[in-house]
Amino acid sequence: MAYEAVRIHITGVVQGVGFRPYVYNLAMRHKVSGWVANDGSGVELVAEGWQAAVDGFVAAIRQQAPPLAVIESLTVTPCEPGNYAGFQIRTSVTGQAKTALISPDVATCAHCRGELLEPTDRRYRYPFINCTNCGPRYTIIQDIPYDRRKTTMREFAMCPACQAEYDDPASRRFHAQPNACPVCGPAYVLLDREGRELKPQGQDPPAMAARLIAQGSILAIKGLGGYHLAVNARDEAAVAHLRQRKVREDKPFAVMAGSLAAIQKHCLASAAEVELLTSAAGPIVLLAKGACYDLASSIAPGNPYIGVMLPYAPVHYLLLKAEDVWVMTSGNLADEPIAYQDEDARRRLSAIADYYLIHNRAIHCRADDSVIRIVQDKPYFIRRSRGYVPAPVNLSRELPAVLAVGAELKNTFCLIRGRQAFLSSHTGDLENLPTYQSYLAAIEHLKNLLAVTPEVVAYDLHPEYLSTKYAVALALPGVPVQHHHAHIAAVMAEHHLTGPVIGLAFDGTGYGPDGSLWGGEFLVADLRQYRRAGHLAYMPLPGGAKAIREPWRLAVCLLKELYGQDFAALDIPLTRNLPPGWELVLAAAEKGINTPQTSGAGRLFDAVAALLGIRLQINYEGQAAVELELAARGFRGQVLPYAIQESNGLLVFDYKPLVMTICQGIRRGIACGQLAADFHTTLAAATCEITLRISRVTGLKSVALSGGVFQNITLLTQIIGMLGQYDFSLYLHRQSPPNDGGLALGQAVIAGERSN
Amino acid sequence: MYKAPERILLGHGSGGRLSHDLIKHFILPAFANPVLSELHDGARLTIDGARLAFSTDSYVVKPRFFPGGDIGKLAVCGTVNDLAMCGAEPLYLSAGFIVEEGLPAGELQQIIASMQSAALAAGVAIVTGDTKVVEKGAVDGLYINTAGIGRILPGVDIDARRVKPGQTVIVSGYLGDHAIAVMSERHGLTLPAQIVSDCAPLNKLVRELLTAVPAAVTMLRDPTRGGLATTLNEIAADAGVGIILEENAVPVRPEVQAVCEILGFDPLYLANEGKVIVIVEKEYNEQVLAIMRQNALAGSACIIGTVTEKPPGQVALKTMVGGLRLVDMLAGEQLPRIC
Ligand SMILES: [Fe+3]
Ligand SMILES: [Mg+2]
Ligand SMILES: [Zn+2]
Ligand SMILES: [Zn+2]
Repeated sequence: MAYEAVRIHITGVVQGVGFRPYVYNLAMRHKVSGWVANDGSGVELVAEGWQAAVDGFVAAIRQQAPPLAVIESLTVTPCEPGNYAGFQIRTSVTGQAKTALISPDVATCAHCRGELLEPTDRRYRYPFINCTNCGPRYTIIQDIPYDRRKTTMREFAMCPACQAEYDDPASRRFHAQPNACPVCGPAYVLLDREGRELKPQGQDPPAMAARLIAQGSILAIKGLGGYHLAVNARDEAAVAHLRQRKVREDKPFAVMAGSLAAIQKHCLASAAEVELLTSAAGPIVLLAKGACYDLASSIAPGNPYIGVMLPYAPVHYLLLKAEDVWVMTSGNLADEPIAYQDEDARRRLSAIADYYLIHNRAIHCRADDSVIRIVQDKPYFIRRSRGYVPAPVNLSRELPAVLAVGAELKNTFCLIRGRQAFLSSHTGDLENLPTYQSYLAAIEHLKNLLAVTPEVVAYDLHPEYLSTKYAVALALPGVPVQHHHAHIAAVMAEHHLTGPVIGLAFDGTGYGPDGSLWGGEFLVADLRQYRRAGHLAYMPLPGGAKAIREPWRLAVCLLKELYGQDFAALDIPLTRNLPPGWELVLAAAEKGINTPQTSGAGRLFDAVAALLGIRLQINYEGQAAVELELAARGFRGQVLPYAIQESNGLLVFDYKPLVMTICQGIRRGIACGQLAADFHTTLAAATCEITLRISRVTGLKSVALSGGVFQNITLLTQIIGMLGQYDFSLYLHRQSPPNDGGLALGQAVIAGERSN
Repeated sequence: MYKAPERILLGHGSGGRLSHDLIKHFILPAFANPVLSELHDGARLTIDGARLAFSTDSYVVKPRFFPGGDIGKLAVCGTVNDLAMCGAEPLYLSAGFIVEEGLPAGELQQIIASMQSAALAAGVAIVTGDTKVVEKGAVDGLYINTAGIGRILPGVDIDARRVKPGQTVIVSGYLGDHAIAVMSERHGLTLPAQIVSDCAPLNKLVRELLTAVPAAVTMLRDPTRGGLATTLNEIAADAGVGIILEENAVPVRPEVQAVCEILGFDPLYLANEGKVIVIVEKEYNEQVLAIMRQNALAGSACIIGTVTEKPPGQVALKTMVGGLRLVDMLAGEQLPRIC
């Protein structure tokens, strides 16, 4: 039998996931010698031995991989034998192409959990326990290749015991870069408001922190990707207190439960939801409240859903007992970004937190908790961040290096490298100065981690987006991309569609090339071009952004249009109690003072919510639409009258008959929930009819759905149900959010295709 | 990268980012000279040892008469104020009229009288002029151009390059009055309370200030078109500094605030015609405020913010709840950015 040698190169998520020890152990088992090392693009190894042994070894690598690894390519080339004595793990080779994939952060694995709670283990109750299968990754990485000295763990020199594990190929902690223990690693301390350290007798800081929560205190807890603010979710007074201090009136809080059993006590969780909750990413999952739900009512007021997650960092297991449920909301004030730097957190959270549970390992990259709901048994992102970033979206073909700068709110940006699109973690609202600054820093950081030098910058058409202004000022060729085209292209990219498709892009408002604000759009789009084929009728937005915060303005304008000057005599709750200033608002709308026109579907939801008296002013983005959807629950909607006008080859959804019928319904005393359900069903029916008519003319059968309005599951499932009766292929977002958090992906792909 | 527009749009005259780009990429390169490149409200010149300020401005306001003023008063005050912002005592003005055929002669007479009384109030003389009449439709009624020269006060050096972190931003009074007064008149709106333009000559106020404490003041600007936000952005960009404003310190009349709430305007972006932003060395804060408040035009002068190192070239507002909101220069008009 021949003695042979091969050189193997593997790319994908293969660094920081225990790949080299796994290769080492395989080499031992198959009796091959050689070496393995990380390089800038993945893992490189040389194996030599008798032909059968080498073949078996290569086959084993192809067949199985460590749990967190994702192999994207594996190439085997024969080489000269080096007559190695044994198999060696070599230190990382630097200076190579930096194209290795960085793993997202991973929730604490079952092994580590066991050790954490085992009194005889040397890491008993050690809140930084981790191994090659779990622990921090993206949030601590400063540079690549992934190596301890390029993470924020470099501050901590390993003790002999940790070093021995790190060097032992048989150990689960072999080359686990964040490896640490109570002797050598980072530690938590508990501080009071004034920054004085509390040193509880016979208790560790997490145990003491848990007691303070039980007593009703608000704690700021430094975790993996930032700070949380925590209170006991069963303590109504504490939750109300947190709301008030955080200046957050109605927006629901997410909770963390100590165990799956605790979640199932309060919420309904399907198999797909349980799988997501317990996944390595550990996101917040939106669940329906169950019959026995009894958490503080101010957590998610009036909302049948609640965002729930399980412990994902070791400290969470020390804080929450199995039956505990805590509010765990991002550590910030109102619309600010989540705090992740200690000084900053202490300053910004001082008016909110009673105590701080902090540690001395720096968070290099901020990462908010991801938020997902299950739609049709598959994950549907609301916010994509910790646990998912920086995993790429794989594209159908290679594209030029593009930086796409994203939208204004819920901003994420995107970088393309080859066949992969890297969507950044949730940045937030750019108008906020700290957010804007972290946005600039995050762009530079991701460019560096991916070793990408953008050749093209893609941005939204909206001239006032701060992202647009940033992009235009760069010394790069720019590709402006229409907002809704980008939304649709994001879905297309995820599903490797090259188009053309019928795109339904429903959101609040996005800049249209005609200077109006689009947002209820039927596009015929491919990855380069689009054509507007239909839209919702325009309505005035008197006061601009003010009208988005005060939906009553839209309702009053609609009433005036429908009923003329006499609308105020119409006997419905809204006209009985018109908000002050309504005459001036109408005058402004009539004269076009600060009154853009919009076809935004989100605005139609707002107007109807106000007409029904559900919400006249909002306290968080999308609130009126959320509450209109909630009102419709439990009612079977009917299709009310509507019209579709054809003008200049465009199909326009004319909702005047619908709004008029709703007004009549209100006067006849029909339940608000019934009318809310009818609204959803009618909008779905009109959407379906317009889609069918476009399909008839174009022959297109693929339909992509995107935009923030499709976070409305009632509308989404009705449209899917109606279109499902025809032979359409429907495509939803599965890897990026339908809201503006996914916009950059679409911008990037369009710009890439256009400059290809 | 800058892309030249195919056509000039209204937005290019809005005073925001588009106007800036137009000036930067079309006008400056053509006329390039060291005086122009300073891009102040007026040019600062030295002629035979005399330090002079020279400025021009055209007025196209609609409507021509509004509560608190008219196009004539505006044309005089505007140029007087531009000269004052250079640290100068305005001396002589020119007046050019472009009149649409058919304009009632009485109206023109009234406007000219208003110009004369504004010139008297400011202590300047209108010493030269020009009149053109164009056919109906070529202009909208009446446009006025004024230019003026003045003498820069001794010991005074108003220059963005002197604006440094730690200095204080002071404004002479309530913001937005002029814009709301003109807008309500233009559209015939019925407002809850009458709002009067603040149109006034600021040269006496500036003279009092600069004579008392010439070294205290590093920068003067009148926040006209584009308002406080745009003017401060220009200062921040020119000086390479940041400016942090305190939301609860920015003076806005309750009645103006109320109208802004309803119409969705941000008072920070509304035009003023009788207000001055003064940037001063911190140790002079109280002295400057005391001097300003003695003048009837600045009775409500107050500190609204500070010059900071970061963010360079940007302006931010510390909000009531404690957040920091970027107050950017608008590219065009205020359009919702919420999706
Ligand atoms: Fe959008
Ligand atoms: Mg001027
Ligand atoms: Zn582990
Ligand atoms: Zn150790």
